[in-house]
Amino acid sequence: MRTNFRRSRRMMALAAVAALTTSLLAGCAKDAKDGSSDDAGGGNGNGKITLTVGTYGVFGYKQAGLYDEYMKLHPDINIKENVTTRTDVYWPKVLTRLQAGSGTDDIQAIEIGNITEAVQTQADKFVDMSKYVDKSQWLDWKNAQATTKDGKLIGLGTDIGPMAICYRKDLFQKAGLPTDRDKLAQMWKGDWAKYVDVGKQYMKKAPEGTKFVDSAASVYNAALGGGTDRYYDKDGNVIWDRSEGVKKSWDVAMTVATSNMSAKLKQFDPTWDQGYANASFATVACPAWMIGYIEQKSGDSGKGNWDVAAAPTASNWGGSWIGVPNAGKHQKEAIALAKWLTEPAQQEKVFSKQASFPSTPSAYPNLKPAADTTAYFSNAPLTQIFSDSAKTIPTQVFGIKDQPMTTAITDVGILQVEQKGKTPAQGWDAASKEIKDVLGQ
Amino acid sequence: MTSSHEALAHSASSAEAAPGTPPGAARGAHGPGGPAADSWRSRLYRWDMKGSPYAFVAPFFILFGAFTLVPLLYTVWYSLHNVQLSSLDHQTWTGLDNYRNLLSSDFFWNALKNTFTIGVISTVPQLLAALGLAHLLNYRLRGSTVWRVVMLTPYATSVAAATLVFTLLYSWDGGMVNWLLHFAGAGPVNWRESDWGSQFAVSSIVIWRWTGYNALIYLAAMQAIPADLYESAAIDGANRWQQFRHVTVPQLRPTILFTVVVSTIGATQLFGEPLLFGGVSGSKGGSEHQYQTLGLYMYDQGWIVGNLGKASTIAWSMFLILLIIAAVNLLLTRRLRKSQ
Repeated sequence: MRTNFRRSRRMMALAAVAALTTSLLAGCAKDAKDGSSDDAGGGNGNGKITLTVGTYGVFGYKQAGLYDEYMKLHPDINIKENVTTRTDVYWPKVLTRLQAGSGTDDIQAIEIGNITEAVQTQADKFVDMSKYVDKSQWLDWKNAQATTKDGKLIGLGTDIGPMAICYRKDLFQKAGLPTDRDKLAQMWKGDWAKYVDVGKQYMKKAPEGTKFVDSAASVYNAALGGGTDRYYDKDGNVIWDRSEGVKKSWDVAMTVATSNMSAKLKQFDPTWDQGYANASFATVACPAWMIGYIEQKSGDSGKGNWDVAAAPTASNWGGSWIGVPNAGKHQKEAIALAKWLTEPAQQEKVFSKQASFPSTPSAYPNLKPAADTTAYFSNAPLTQIFSDSAKTIPTQVFGIKDQPMTTAITDVGILQVEQKGKTPAQGWDAASKEIKDVLGQ
Repeated sequence: MTSSHEALAHSASSAEAAPGTPPGAARGAHGPGGPAADSWRSRLYRWDMKGSPYAFVAPFFILFGAFTLVPLLYTVWYSLHNVQLSSLDHQTWTGLDNYRNLLSSDFFWNALKNTFTIGVISTVPQLLAALGLAHLLNYRLRGSTVWRVVMLTPYATSVAAATLVFTLLYSWDGGMVNWLLHFAGAGPVNWRESDWGSQFAVSSIVIWRWTGYNALIYLAAMQAIPADLYESAAIDGANRWQQFRHVTVPQLRPTILFTVVVSTIGATQLFGEPLLFGGVSGSKGGSEHQYQTLGLYMYDQGWIVGNLGKASTIAWSMFLILLIIAAVNLLLTRRLRKSQ
């Protein structure tokens, strides 16, 4: 669920404004040029074709100027982005439209939490992109998540969420811990349990009013994102109650929840934002897309105090694809646009504007984070750390209800232990009950 | 038919005869046999009398049918099937299984209980406060319009904005409410995760939003109470409080009943406040579902988890519950009327 909201919370207001202005501008442009150009395009060669791109939150294409660039390259194409701010509103809408066979946009974004559902239940509603692209451009595990059993690729990878640990150097120093990012990475390398051990050390001399991590749930997410085992096996059977990955991540989260090292915040809540501003926690497992968020929420007081170290294990959190629904009016043009938008060169541009990390490895050597971001994070080699992580992320098996199952564990099970003082066993019972409800058992 | 033919012929000929004269005038002048036109007109008139009302109400009923009745009946169909949001076309008939599951589901009973408790702790204080406020506003006040407008402001703000502010006020660490509690010497309350704390927090948003609205309704009713009732009460030696108890409240009875009905329906459908109060995973209503209402549970099942069949079942259960409430209200009204 957290992944769901990362974009929306990040710049909800901005997105709303963007959506408004897009529609206003689009409306104006259409009226000014020629009243009925919009649908005539498919038939005759003179008219302009309007392609619509359905996204959620802030995708960055518009912000990075990609639409304008593409329209300049293709004068007969007009692009309009339809933004829905929240994923939990966006996806049900897309599902119903796909099934109705009408009303979909020409290109439709798909979030990682929904990709398996799309692959397993909606594959016949999407164009098979493998016929049109060179699949080797993308990370293998990224392609694998959007590919059906019979090899159909329903979406092209956009961003991914390779993980690192963002930490406050100043707080680490006060707690008597090393502040060097390589030394720290070495201390917790290979196991999230070691990271928690560092946390125990931190808490012995923790500066007044600070905790080691923001929440136990974020540690759970980060740890789970690095294992191959999740809630389902390869054949689509539910294995959450005997999955090694879930158990390990749960145990780590339980150590965090019961050893007073968590600030007990809920990610993407307003109080979490305040936690950044007040420096009330020293570390946070940060996927690449969270970098900008931290910078924005910590403000000036955090400048130069934040640093980034490699995470205990390579891990992914979040990411998206764009697919072309069969129901679209201008399929050929939409495929071309989707291809272009996800090319390494374009992903680079989105990264420099939006910090969405590319899923195409050939872009990695050329990535340039904004200069003030690098300075903000103590000149840490951001792209190096994230691309190292990206390349070693294992292929994870997802299932249809991964997302609500994760929510059940983090927002019910872990939260009860963390905030209500229940025992881990009670927390697990509560989460199990919840998961059974999700699965309709 | 004939009359229009005639009219055409006439107008054509008259146009030929006198180019300057408008055809209509010509027709009027020559007059094409009165009775035919009259019966046409009277028939039209009769149709108008009979048909127009239907035409006027039709848009509502057409819309009602298309967007309320059909979906309503469709949810019945859904509630008898296993339907997933991701595959609407694969429906498997399960009969009453959904209803059976729901009745044995802890989450459902929990949601029902929460809906009830939150409903009570928001509606009762809200209506009492509204009554009191209305009574105060009913006195002669300087700038009474200003006070009335101020009363209505919370109602005019959006749920989202109000809830966001309340969420910050109630935040566990550094929230204003806990800060005040600290000054009063009480320990901090985890307003989101504790059972009563969270329900109280949600209720307070509801109370804040709706008190002024109800107060204005009461005020309107109070101003319709004849002043001589108060005068005679005053002559009998009743003080303000006695006047309120023995004149105002009995006179307001139908209005109070109305607000109780409306508030009850509102409370049963409570959705926005707890959803937003819960933040990112609001549809769960807290880690122990401590403020998950029926509305939230339905939303969670339908749109977050994707079990549309089960969500439809919940929707119908809510409908039945509202029917029961309506029936209870009806009985109460009858008894009240008899006692009067």
